[in-house]
Amino acid sequence: MSAKTIVEKNFDFSCPAPLPAKDTILLGHGSGGKLSAELIRDIFLPAFQNPVLARLDDQAIVNVNGQRLAITTDSFVVKPLFFPGGDIGSLAVHGSVNDLAMGGATPLFLSAAFIIEEGFSIDELRRVVNSLRRAAAEAGVQVVTGDTKVVEKGKGDGLFINTTGIGLVPEGVDLSADRARPGDKVLLSGSIGDHGIAILAQREGLEFETQIQSDSAALHTLVADMLGVTSNVTPDMRCMRDPTRGGVSSTLNEIAERSRVGIELDESSLPIHEQVRGACELLGLDPLYVANEGKLIAIVAPEAADAVLQAMRRHPLGAEAQIIGSVKKENPGLVTMRTPFGTTRIVDMLAGDQLPRIC
Amino acid sequence: MKYLDEYRDHRIARALAAEIVQSTTRPWVLMEICGGQTHTIMRYGIDELLPREIELVHGPGCPVCVTPLETVDKAIALAMRREVTLVSYGDMLRVPGSRSDLFRAKALGADVRIAYSPIDAVKIAAANPDRKVVFLAIGFETTAPANAMAAWQARYKGISNFSMLVSHVLVPPAIRALMVSQTNRVQGFIAPGHVCTVMGCKEYEDLVRDFRVPIVVGGFEPVDILEAVLMLICQLEARQLGAGEARLENQYVRSVSYQGNLPAQQLVEEVFEIADQKWRGIGSIPRSGLRLRQEYAAFDANRVFDLGEITVDEPADCISAQVLQGLKKPPDCPAFGIRCTPENPLGAPMVSTEGACAAYYHYRRHTAAS
Repeated sequence: MSAKTIVEKNFDFSCPAPLPAKDTILLGHGSGGKLSAELIRDIFLPAFQNPVLARLDDQAIVNVNGQRLAITTDSFVVKPLFFPGGDIGSLAVHGSVNDLAMGGATPLFLSAAFIIEEGFSIDELRRVVNSLRRAAAEAGVQVVTGDTKVVEKGKGDGLFINTTGIGLVPEGVDLSADRARPGDKVLLSGSIGDHGIAILAQREGLEFETQIQSDSAALHTLVADMLGVTSNVTPDMRCMRDPTRGGVSSTLNEIAERSRVGIELDESSLPIHEQVRGACELLGLDPLYVANEGKLIAIVAPEAADAVLQAMRRHPLGAEAQIIGSVKKENPGLVTMRTPFGTTRIVDMLAGDQLPRIC
Repeated sequence: MKYLDEYRDHRIARALAAEIVQSTTRPWVLMEICGGQTHTIMRYGIDELLPREIELVHGPGCPVCVTPLETVDKAIALAMRREVTLVSYGDMLRVPGSRSDLFRAKALGADVRIAYSPIDAVKIAAANPDRKVVFLAIGFETTAPANAMAAWQARYKGISNFSMLVSHVLVPPAIRALMVSQTNRVQGFIAPGHVCTVMGCKEYEDLVRDFRVPIVVGGFEPVDILEAVLMLICQLEARQLGAGEARLENQYVRSVSYQGNLPAQQLVEEVFEIADQKWRGIGSIPRSGLRLRQEYAAFDANRVFDLGEITVDEPADCISAQVLQGLKKPPDCPAFGIRCTPENPLGAPMVSTEGACAAYYHYRRHTAAS
């Protein structure tokens, strides 16, 4: 490179100014990481501020005539539309059902809105709708209203679905991310990373010896079983979350921040399927940040942890459940991990999406 | 998982750590070259298992971190051209240039795509003859064969709408630059196992001889790193007692041979030639990089697009040069974690997760503060 000549061609390189103010939406704003949290904090919360929204849980819980109603909404933009273990239709049901279930609610009704790109195959739409219908029937929820919009070719990506769910919260159940206390146990219902890796493998045409299946499933019956063995008088069940976008790490970081506690994980207790581990090693990804669609994390009082764990393991969706860590007073707002070497490290929240490493 | 679990076995690791403690009688400063090794050390807390006398210094071997600002700026400028599809390894997309990054370019409408292999970029070019497809070909010797193969295939198949923006760096000249520095503190090196899988161990012989410094080619798992540290300590302590000369040793025998991967080396030699190279955070090092040979000029984005010479200076308050030479640790920097974070990095080592500062930030903030 010849010395320090600065030749400006089509662009101005000369001054290394700081990066510009954040004035553009990036894909990372939808990742469930720090960028998503910033968007909620800076744009949405100030606009709509109210005590229900301020809880920042997966669902809102409102009182209507003495009944506690849980409401949630979720949009599904997954690509590919069909993947091993599910499709956008079943996912649209499981996503909203699970967001209700994480509040302890019994899911009752769903809405379904379809945004379809001009030119989309009616046959594929029928397959998606049938899958959505089956998933709703299996979950015991009814799709009671809906909407259809068609956008011009090139203005959508085939098909997007939004579902809104409504459910009822039983008396005595009060779950929220701000209720974790030092000493509580962190329970995870099964292996992590299956959904994200299944989608990635399908999208990128990566082939493994055995196909990795998405874990997409409705978790409300598992939640009911777990709540069945905990005391309502001194609420032992503090909080439940399904670690979807951003994975286990983002979910636990949110809980640690909202409850102002530290969370310490035990690395050797994390259930991760061998194929998922292999795929993550190959791609340079950390399964703690990979999405799940059929797993839940529960923060449980220490005295109830074993009973809840046993209840989880008796349910088919919780057969591989583990206690993966505990809540601490040290390092409030941080998630740390005890390694098998006896050392600890931070499990950080990512800014945006996890990126495959170069080598 | 075979070839992984045994190298992450905490019993073996603790046994090695105990042996290191027993073998160490005085302070030693060791450097692991590769960012992947730094990542493992921080992730598993390997440095905490070592005796206080051993200081691990984190080398410049993070390919994403050392890619010059100019290259990132050029990639963004190319991506912003309407006719260009820019293809990159995933972790380059968040790397800030002087004003923006590829993610922001994408948000503004640039056609930026992630590939797992440079060959995918050639395929994209073949499938889209109306697009000018540019691959951002960065990395150490590890990625050079795959990048060379992409250029070779494009030339062989006559895919004229494919080109590469090349920013390739080489490890041995960087070690030489560190050793000749007046302020050098490093007494032994863990050489990068992936680089040596391609290049073999042989090119490290000169460094061992010229500087009488022990070099051990090491792997990337906790047990690999501890074993490499033990091999270095055994050499250093023995020499202290007057026994033996500095030697080149290979810990990563399951992957690295003395000669390396000869067909891969031949391909790299055919496509690339050695050139002076600027390293982000360090500066220019003579003959420390690769550029496309004249026969491949038609695939060199620098020539195809006439990007010109561009120089950009690093932010003055970044101490990365001192971090990368082991003169300071990341938490010693006043900007660490405050004005300099992985979201808004001031300098190279905060850029990628394998950079030393980012590794401290992601894994050690809780202990760095206390």
